[in-house]
Amino acid sequence: MTFDRRSFLKVLSAASGATLAGCGALPMGGSSLPTAKSSGRRVVVVGGGYGGTIAAKYVRMLDPSIEVVLVERERQFVSCPYSNLYLGGLLPNLSSLTIGYDKLAANHGVKVVHDTVTAIDATKKTVTVGGGSFNYDRLVLSPGIDFRFEEIAGYDPATTPQVMPHSWKAGPQTMLLRKQLENMRDGGVVVIAVPQMPFRCPPGPYERATMIAMYLKQHKPRSKVIVLDANPDIASKGGLFRKGWAKHYAGLIEYQGAKRVTAVNARNMTVSVEGLEDVKGDVINVIPPQRAGDIARNAGLIGPDKRWCPVDTTTFESTLAKDVHVIGDACIAGAMPKSGFSANSEAKVCATNIVALMNGRETIQLSGLNTCYSQISPTEAVSVAAVYTIKDGAIVSVPNSGGVSPDLSEAEAVYAKSWINNILTEMST
Amino acid sequence: MHHRYALFALAALACGFASAAPPTPAMLTNSCAGCHGIGGASAGPSMPNLAGHSKEAIVEAMKKFKSGERPSTLMGRLAKGYTDAEFAAMGDYYSKQKPHTPKQSLDSAKVARGAAIEGASCAGCHPDSGRRSFGEVPALAGQWLPYLQMQMQMFVAGTRKMPEPMAQQVKALSATDIDSLMHFYASVK
Repeated sequence: MTFDRRSFLKVLSAASGATLAGCGALPMGGSSLPTAKSSGRRVVVVGGGYGGTIAAKYVRMLDPSIEVVLVERERQFVSCPYSNLYLGGLLPNLSSLTIGYDKLAANHGVKVVHDTVTAIDATKKTVTVGGGSFNYDRLVLSPGIDFRFEEIAGYDPATTPQVMPHSWKAGPQTMLLRKQLENMRDGGVVVIAVPQMPFRCPPGPYERATMIAMYLKQHKPRSKVIVLDANPDIASKGGLFRKGWAKHYAGLIEYQGAKRVTAVNARNMTVSVEGLEDVKGDVINVIPPQRAGDIARNAGLIGPDKRWCPVDTTTFESTLAKDVHVIGDACIAGAMPKSGFSANSEAKVCATNIVALMNGRETIQLSGLNTCYSQISPTEAVSVAAVYTIKDGAIVSVPNSGGVSPDLSEAEAVYAKSWINNILTEMST
Repeated sequence: MHHRYALFALAALACGFASAAPPTPAMLTNSCAGCHGIGGASAGPSMPNLAGHSKEAIVEAMKKFKSGERPSTLMGRLAKGYTDAEFAAMGDYYSKQKPHTPKQSLDSAKVARGAAIEGASCAGCHPDSGRRSFGEVPALAGQWLPYLQMQMQMFVAGTRKMPEPMAQQVKALSATDIDSLMHFYASVK
């Protein structure tokens, strides 16, 4: 069972330790909601994506006496991983990438609250949402990314994404970009602006270029994709993407490294790049540079780099706030990339050690994993994979392991499909 | 606390970071769950179930992925990240998980045909309709069909080496026989 803003106070009021404020106007009595027995220990998880769902579920699996509240603004989660296949036309819609929260509640007793976090007080250990505020023993933030819009001149956060979608948070933005591609004339130019690393999903922009080229080849073969990359070269799986482009999309993808988009003009449909004339596009996908989600930034968890959250490599506890843990794209996890699988892996390590700490047990050293597939053609995919361990206190890739696929692979396209099915099932059951 | 870990903890404190126990079997296998499901119960369709295989079957599979003797897409790259002791911990864990027999769409005529020939062709090494796993012999019962088919394709093509007794049996089977056997084993609860 999940709860909306109006009913969540009823749930929380039934649990000991809850501090409620401003609830006078809300109905408090006659609740038919389960009033779970509480041990008085509560973990609050903010963010119901790849990291947050798993953290919430695993804390409950490891110690059902701990109350877990998952706060998520949206009713459903749409996966970024695999969403480029929808842009390319390999998926008819986003429904296979969309999950709900009902089973986390029903199967694991996670109390799901759909509301927006407005404040976090790490001293008083409270989280405030639109419907009230409540306290926690430990807080897990998995807020994902937000954008450094201010680094692109002419970019209006309210209006520009409606004209030049970033599509870097899956859902309506992904559908808008697909619509624009469908409406584009044959012979049109699709511009993809790639931000400087580190950003969410390092191979994502190049897989996107690949999938859009695949669509254009089939439906609008006189068109092309121009990739303007702020990085000196393709940031992930470069050799494999180039191989796929040469094999399937010759003449359809024009890649330019070290070309940072510094300004946009949504009216003229142009982007500006240092050392180039303005580039005009019929469809322009500007992926802005990124930082940890606003929730983490507003809570004061951003480190000296002013972008990401430093954490302990065993517990993922913030080095800036006690009893607050940060996982997923928002945190600095050493060699682990900002990927959905990394967030899943970090969530399990974090949950394991939160439960250990709350029960006075010794913490357990991280063993982490990342697997990331990229689709190349209707039947081929490639992957990068790594196993992570701790060396001298830092998260490192185990030497002589991991790496990228030796070649484009039909089997990997089959496994990629099974991967997304398995990981979304783990998050939603 | 184990003596070695006590030393590690002292060294860790000296280096200025908190001590933590070495990864447990749960910590290690949590990593596998992202593709193979919690407790090795895969949501499919091509990632195999790991629950209910013998410890040795898991350990040998991981060793052969690591050495490259068994072909893989990315399991070889991942297996290189773990030690033999970690393989043993994973194998021990999965051998104790309840076998997972997912619902999947199967051809009932093929299931029946496979049921008629499995006794003579396969049961010598895969007893109890493929439910039993022992030594290096994996459980086949309830395994995902696409996984079984992909592995069998590799066996027949010679890219994955069959044990000699299996090679002898498979030589005598038609493609239809093999396909039927895959449907049969996938159907076994």
